[in-house]
Amino acid sequence: MEKFDVVIIGSGPGGYIAAIRSGQLGLKTALVEKEKELGGTCLNIGCIPSKALLTSSDHFMFAKKEAAKHGIVIDGVHVDLGKMQQRKDKVVKTFTGGVRALMKTNKVTTFEGLGTITAPGKVSVKSSDGQTQELETKNIVIATGSAAVELPFAKFDGKTIVSSTEALCFTEPPKKLLVIGAGAIGLELGSVWNRLGSEVTMLEFLPRIAVGFDLELSNLLQRLLTAQGIIFHLETKVSAVKIDNGRATATATKDGKEMKFDADKVLVSVGRRPFSEGVGAEKIGVELDEKRRIKVDKHFRTNIEGIYAIGDVIAGPMLAHKAEDEGIACVEIIAGKSGHVNYDAIAGIIYTNPELAGVGLTEDQAKDKGIDVRIGRFPFRANSRALCNEDVDGMVKFVADAKTDRILGAHILQHAASELIAEAVSVIEFGGSSEDIGRTCHSHPTLSEAVREAALNVEKRALHIMNR
Amino acid sequence: MSIEVKIPAVGESITSGVVSVWHKKSGDFVNAGDALFTLETDKVSTEIVAEKAGLLETKAGEGQEVKIGEVVAIIDDSKAPSEEKKTEEPLEKKKEPEAEKKPREEKEKKEPPKKEKPLSPAVRRIVEEEHLESGKISGTGKDGRLIKGDVLTAVQERKSVGETANFPSPAAEDRQTQPETGRFTRKKMSPLRRKIAAQLVMSQQTTATLTTFNECDMSAVQELRAKSQEAFTKKNGIKLGLMSFFIKAAVEALKAVPVVNGRIEEDDFIQNNFYDIGVAVGTERGLVVPIVRDADKKSFAELELDIAGYAVKAREGKLKLEDLQGGTFTISNGGVYGSLLSTPILNPPQNGILGMHKIMPRPVAVDGKVEVRPMMYLALSYDHRAIDGKEAVTFLIKVKECIEEPKKLPLDF
Repeated sequence: MEKFDVVIIGSGPGGYIAAIRSGQLGLKTALVEKEKELGGTCLNIGCIPSKALLTSSDHFMFAKKEAAKHGIVIDGVHVDLGKMQQRKDKVVKTFTGGVRALMKTNKVTTFEGLGTITAPGKVSVKSSDGQTQELETKNIVIATGSAAVELPFAKFDGKTIVSSTEALCFTEPPKKLLVIGAGAIGLELGSVWNRLGSEVTMLEFLPRIAVGFDLELSNLLQRLLTAQGIIFHLETKVSAVKIDNGRATATATKDGKEMKFDADKVLVSVGRRPFSEGVGAEKIGVELDEKRRIKVDKHFRTNIEGIYAIGDVIAGPMLAHKAEDEGIACVEIIAGKSGHVNYDAIAGIIYTNPELAGVGLTEDQAKDKGIDVRIGRFPFRANSRALCNEDVDGMVKFVADAKTDRILGAHILQHAASELIAEAVSVIEFGGSSEDIGRTCHSHPTLSEAVREAALNVEKRALHIMNR
Repeated sequence: MSIEVKIPAVGESITSGVVSVWHKKSGDFVNAGDALFTLETDKVSTEIVAEKAGLLETKAGEGQEVKIGEVVAIIDDSKAPSEEKKTEEPLEKKKEPEAEKKPREEKEKKEPPKKEKPLSPAVRRIVEEEHLESGKISGTGKDGRLIKGDVLTAVQERKSVGETANFPSPAAEDRQTQPETGRFTRKKMSPLRRKIAAQLVMSQQTTATLTTFNECDMSAVQELRAKSQEAFTKKNGIKLGLMSFFIKAAVEALKAVPVVNGRIEEDDFIQNNFYDIGVAVGTERGLVVPIVRDADKKSFAELELDIAGYAVKAREGKLKLEDLQGGTFTISNGGVYGSLLSTPILNPPQNGILGMHKIMPRPVAVDGKVEVRPMMYLALSYDHRAIDGKEAVTFLIKVKECIEEPKKLPLDF
């Protein structure tokens, strides 16, 4: 029986990053993955393939609609979806192969098979060919992630009613795509298929899209996506989805009136649930909370000694980078160091065009907490680089404490918002103020100047707009 | 290339000083190690030496107040000494005794200039505009860094303290309007004087000072000194003074009543288990209190040598900051100026200060008869927060007994 210091169950970004860090710290580490490829949801059926398709379809949109504005004439622009999907698969393969190589360089032993905790310090790995291996370890890290939530009246059938996994692999754009749930996943995949020719209708139970993000910017994003052709129905409650002859009809109520939506495909993207079963945790007494997430303390310890949990399977936003940081902190703690995750400095991003990125408190969240805030805004219309790029949609918005000027939140809507938000994240991590960004020299001409301008606008001294 | 001569960080909490005297003039060629000027700060005055050889160009005048880090001169090391200077330099070099030069160099090696902590842009702006000492503000940011809110709070706190302390005074208005007529003259207090003023007020405001008195008969000590003086002087090259007796007596008393040799720090009482005794020395700049280290382990001769060394350094303005820091108890001798009785002020965070006074022949009752004896009044000021009256009185009686019967002291001569 092989003996390890740490056995990590699940090789998603939380698990594999934890494995690398664990290897770096000199711990004898094993990584158990039930799928053939490493990388979990994020690399195989989540963040990475969706970004590959989003970029490809965005390029298509540029060729089709934007290029002419730049004086580039492209005739007969069309999509070869097969090739687009092949490229996506290649990106995924390159990445998962890279992760496997990283395991080797960091001396992490990988096991293919379903990992089950049979007792504290004991993990049994059952591979697809039915063979079982027993691992003995001082510490176990549960990093089993999450799975798509299924609606009881619209169970996944893998063909017509699908989750994000299948929606990444359509071989042709559905004529009509119905998306239930206008969160990050629904908005991104809705965007992809809208760009590639589908008629996309999005149904959202709440009166807004992109819950969790700043309302002002979410509303702005909704307007821009509507202009791109996506149809939104908010405050719309879906009650049934019927399949007839391969086509779906959804029944929903909006303002007390019943509505019918027919579609070739229905993407259910109403959220994800922690994948806490199957790993044997509950059987040996690991406590779960009311949402069936594994309960951990600040040091990622479950109630059973030597068993830790990180990522989507515990509380907090279901984000790859949150899982990664928890993975690092968790194994550092196991190695006797002081791992720490700052949950106030974790950004969330929706990769639509424009992208919506946010970190920290939204204006409404701050007000709900009774914090006196000052807001700084700056539209990309007034930014030189955005103008050169012909990419003027969106704005930067800061939420700062009125007394101390500390940045509590930053929100960006822009084609490159996912990259621009990083500056705000760093400053928030260091407890910085809007003035700190305002007094930092930003290169010209860049989109990042808009970040500085919005920060300056907190104290009503932005340079390229009227300060109101 | 030119090098900037900056005001070095000479010690904690010192932010500015005064260039009191330039030892070299603008246009002089200086050698590395040459004393350039004397920097007088609120704690100590030091000589600043040239780091490199070259042509000196001064940027600050004598008497000018300068901040730590401020450039006060430039040394152009591309310039060679001019012909006539060349012949002069070696002579000057010889003038400086080796012994004096060495410790200075050693000291420089020991204390590289302290690096300022990096500040965020907003914090830096407020620290500069509000003249804050960033090192004194506690940071709540990542790893204790200062964030804007911290310095804004510091500004706020300072304002609220200032508002209660600064009543609008008519005197302040007069200052602006009244011309100097010769009936009075106004001049800026020296940094040392200002520091002393602030320190004394702080002491009175933050401690619960009380003074207890006693008197002692000096006959025994005087006899002993007279008897041993010749041999002692011959052996040690220094006179046997009064001070060594009182330091030893104080050490004995501190051992008997340890609470006096301690200090209060927030909610804790800290007991010092060493005996670093401050001896107040008057100088023309003001009172300074150099510290005699580990007084319990030193012989009478060593104590006398220490005190004499400090007295010379104090007169010449050569005391270093480390000579003045970290005492556990202080002895002040107002008797040298003729004081018969006084209530010394505590030197926080110390808990006690012993006041010596003038020796006066006075009639006292000895064994029921009136005799004239050389008498000295003793005073012990103590922080009543930490020390009870009984302990303070016991301490002072112990000192008295040791002086009246010096054989109770560890006499080693």
